[in-house]
Amino acid sequence: MKVVITAQRAAWDAPVDARFGRARTFVLIDTESRELQEIPNSQALDATQGAGVQAAALVCRTGAEALVTGHCGPKAFAALAAGGVKVFTGAEGTVADAVTSLVAGQLHQADAADVAGHWV
Amino acid sequence: MIVAIASGKGGTGKTTVALSLALAAGRPVRLLDCDVEEPNCHLFLDGEVVAREEVFLPTPAVDTGACTACGLCGEICEFGGIIVLPTGAHVFPTLCHACGACVHLCPAGALREVPRRIGELTEMRAGSITLFTGRLDVGQTLAPPLVRAVRARGEGNGLVIIDAPPGTSCPVVAAVHGADVAVLVTEPTPFGLHDLELAVEAVRRLQVPFGVVINRAGAGDARVADFCAREGISVLLEIPQERRIAEAYARGLPVVTAAPELRPAFCSLLDGLDRLRTPAVARAHMGS
Repeated sequence: MKVVITAQRAAWDAPVDARFGRARTFVLIDTESRELQEIPNSQALDATQGAGVQAAALVCRTGAEALVTGHCGPKAFAALAAGGVKVFTGAEGTVADAVTSLVAGQLHQADAADVAGHWV
Repeated sequence: MIVAIASGKGGTGKTTVALSLALAAGRPVRLLDCDVEEPNCHLFLDGEVVAREEVFLPTPAVDTGACTACGLCGEICEFGGIIVLPTGAHVFPTLCHACGACVHLCPAGALREVPRRIGELTEMRAGSITLFTGRLDVGQTLAPPLVRAVRARGEGNGLVIIDAPPGTSCPVVAAVHGADVAVLVTEPTPFGLHDLELAVEAVRRLQVPFGVVINRAGAGDARVADFCAREGISVLLEIPQERRIAEAYARGLPVVTAAPELRPAFCSLLDGLDRLRTPAVARAHMGS
């Protein structure tokens, strides 16, 4: 399974970034082959508004089946749902920890946003 | 004459000045409450709402059958208001600034504009004052189009007083742009001066002649007065720091009601603004 994880940098030992829209970076991981690829989140990081929506569009374009992050707001969640990407929130520790938890079925698949949206 | 009452800092007395100016004018005046995120002029007036209308913004809607997911609308949108997934375009209305570019450019003709309510505009009559109030709906963020809708009620002749939003960002520009003259209300404190400097920069760029009103005069120090002297800015009026005025304001009474002795000062302020707007040379010609 291909999954996108929000991270502080693109490495297995990097801490998970709890933010989705303004995550420092994304890593695209193939849980079978253990391949890791960085997907820079620069466009959303520079956005004055709508970072979550932009980041969601980016994740959808990677072809990933799931997103693993700390928190996800309503507009980003709607965009990810439209793109058919499953959202797992509440991830902690390193990227490797997050992948282990996901594969072990220990992460909660969100059926809605877990935080409120920003006004702008 | 269109007078915009503005300030860099919030809570300096814009509404105080706008209301008192309108009440002291002694003639019919249109008061435009352009602080659409928190309009408050109506709280101080005893009047009747005579008209109410909804304000809409055109927002794109997707015809999913026609969308080819080409991606052009998502690329052109500066505000992330529309994204394109393999399944087609998706609109996020509250991020849309209603520029219309996506609808104009869509090669498949899959986008059309539908009206989306952002707020309402009310008209209230209170004696010689006709108050127009813009009120942005909760959850909406795009104030300038609503500010412009309120401003449109100030067209034509006669005295128009605008209570602008605080700050120096887009809603303020929408409220002050095109006014004949502006009043920048400030208080004699370091914070007041800091935000006054920003406001001065903004109105200068908008090329609106302006003067300063110092509210709560005596509460701070001389730094605002010194700044105005240095910059050649007229201080048109000083409203003294008085508990009586603050108490009246808290009860919903305008300053000129609580402190009638200040009424002539507001009449003079209006005359001063008229002089500011008309350069001396033009006045000399008119007199001859």
